[in-house]
Amino acid sequence: MEFLEEFPSMGRSDLRDLKKMIDGGFREFTRSYGEAIEGFFDPLLGFMVWFEKLLLSTPWPIIILIIGGIAWLGSKSIKVTVGSVLSFLVIGYFGMWEDLMSTLAIISVATVLCISLGIPLGVMMARSNRVQAVVTPVLDIMQTIPAFVYLIPVVMLLGIGKVPGLIAVSIYAIPPIVRLTNLGIRLVEKEALEAADAFGASYLQKLFGVQIPLALPNIFAGINQTIMMALSMVVIASMIGVAGLGVPVLRAISNQYLALGLMNGLAIVALAIIFDRVSQSYGTRIQKHRQGGDHV
Amino acid sequence: MSDIKIRIKNLSKIFGARPESVLKYVEQGMDKEQLLEKHQHILGLHDINLALENKNIEVIMGLSGSGKSTLIRHINRLIEPTAGSIEVDGEDVLKMNSKQLRHFRQSKTAMVFQKFALMPHHTVIDNAGFGLKMQGKDKAFIDEHARKWLDRVGLTGFENHYPAQLSGGMQQRVGLARALACDADILMMDEAFSALDPLIRSDMQDLLLELQQELHKTIVFITHDLDEALKIGDRIAILNGGRLVQHGSPQEILLNPADDYVERFVADVNRTQVLLAKSIMVDEKPQDQTQSVTCQEDETVHTVLHTLLSEDGSYVVVEDSEGRKVGYIDKETLADTVFQSEQKSAA
Ligand SMILES: Nc1ncnc2c1ncn2[C@@H]1O[C@H](COP(=O)(O)OP(=O)(O)OP(=O)(O)O)[C@@H](O)[C@H]1O
Ligand SMILES: [Mg+2]
Repeated sequence: MEFLEEFPSMGRSDLRDLKKMIDGGFREFTRSYGEAIEGFFDPLLGFMVWFEKLLLSTPWPIIILIIGGIAWLGSKSIKVTVGSVLSFLVIGYFGMWEDLMSTLAIISVATVLCISLGIPLGVMMARSNRVQAVVTPVLDIMQTIPAFVYLIPVVMLLGIGKVPGLIAVSIYAIPPIVRLTNLGIRLVEKEALEAADAFGASYLQKLFGVQIPLALPNIFAGINQTIMMALSMVVIASMIGVAGLGVPVLRAISNQYLALGLMNGLAIVALAIIFDRVSQSYGTRIQKHRQGGDHV
Repeated sequence: MSDIKIRIKNLSKIFGARPESVLKYVEQGMDKEQLLEKHQHILGLHDINLALENKNIEVIMGLSGSGKSTLIRHINRLIEPTAGSIEVDGEDVLKMNSKQLRHFRQSKTAMVFQKFALMPHHTVIDNAGFGLKMQGKDKAFIDEHARKWLDRVGLTGFENHYPAQLSGGMQQRVGLARALACDADILMMDEAFSALDPLIRSDMQDLLLELQQELHKTIVFITHDLDEALKIGDRIAILNGGRLVQHGSPQEILLNPADDYVERFVADVNRTQVLLAKSIMVDEKPQDQTQSVTCQEDETVHTVLHTLLSEDGSYVVVEDSEGRKVGYIDKETLADTVFQSEQKSAA
């Protein structure tokens, strides 16, 4: 009956050897390729450093002006614009301006990275069922595997710093934009596509003239979610050396500083709400043509 | 003789996983139901031979699922056939590579769809210019022609609206303008008016006939409505379960239905409104020659009867468009025709 009571595991020493082998293999890999990979990401690092410096060195009124401008262009809503500007002012007033800029920098770069990789990948998935069958489970893994697990190899490879932080954030944040680009394109009315075919449209004309424009509401929902997920990684990213609002939160956890944690946490929430409102109302605005009613 | 614009030869289409492997059963005479039941394939079309004349309105008719849409989509190869060939202007459409095919679709054919299939994110004028844009025309040219055709279909003033802001009838006018703007020889209309309510539909039929008077396109027009077919068709092809059962002028189809299916199809038609004087006239003069009235060979039996009664004649002299005598109709024949057509409608 012993067999049933204790799970027949592979044995402690075998298991240890296996783990050792994997760790050793990866360490070997890191030793031989780590530098090359780091070199590959150097331009990205350069850009991130430059962008963060730019945000930090720009006089705050100009940043506020730009934020207000983007919020207005995106949402065309006075409420959202005023809300955004006020939030930034309050966050700055409570002494978090620099962390706010750092967070803004990494979120912006991560979002741009996710969009520029995610949309083409989504387009390829929509075009081929085989690609979809391969990519979908990978996305599932990326979204469900605990972030700390893939932080380990990333840190082993690239050490601690902005680039591994960016990669960790992007791995977590890219699935929605890929998924929703794919979904949006697959949901495009087949009548419109058939008409484009019947009038002799090429693949690219169909893609850029019909599929992507009609999928835009979904693509924007994807961008919105991607930004939200990137923001939710801010604290974890700060564990591997990314500056920003996450760092004080981390410090607050280990030292039990309630007020510090609360203020920075709320600043992240405010940022999330601003991003969400602006990108969402932009998303609804670009699909006005679907509703009829008076025209723009 | 009239020239043939589109020639379809031995065209078959089977939908399913392995169409080629079940084609032989269809060739042995298996019908649509059996094919689905025994081999899990859907018979779309079988052995269609059809020659569509240049500058005609060629109507394709049949019940739902008879293969009309499948057939018309073979003409511009939106659907690849399982077997057979399609020639347009003597050129084999199936031999074209993808670039040639795109060029062919841009320049030779234009399509109007049952569900309009407009681009929801484009304004009316951009929709009307869509085909021209695909042809690679420049902006000024597209704008001018899109405007012109929108005007022809009565949509001036709606250029900057979006399709969702228009009624169904107006949307289909945009669809028509988009197709006409391409200046293609062949206009393909898949139940283009079926989604419209009767009055609007009748307007659109009149508009199409009026445009055809000056444009002389080859129009392939699909409908399941016999009245519509008779009103606009120069010739009518009738499909049943993927097979072509008859192809001929409305007169031929009314007078000599090929089988029960066609007969049932035409049963409800008021023949006197369709049959022409020339299809019931005879060569000999009738016995009773007391009082003659004249009519044109292209007038309907209904009109002829009306003339005869109102002028109180005893027989009809039929003339052609140049005024030459081409035949006679006596009172009995006329009465018989009317009587028979009423019996058929009642049955
Ligand atoms: N892509 C497809 N896959 C499988 N079967 C199809 C496909 N397209 C059409 N069929 C089948 O082929 C047959 C003919 O369809 P088609 O659409 O040509 O009919 P139709 O005469 O246009 O009918 P309707 O009047 O309803 O439009 C139908 O039985 C249909 O189910
Ligand atoms: Mg159809």
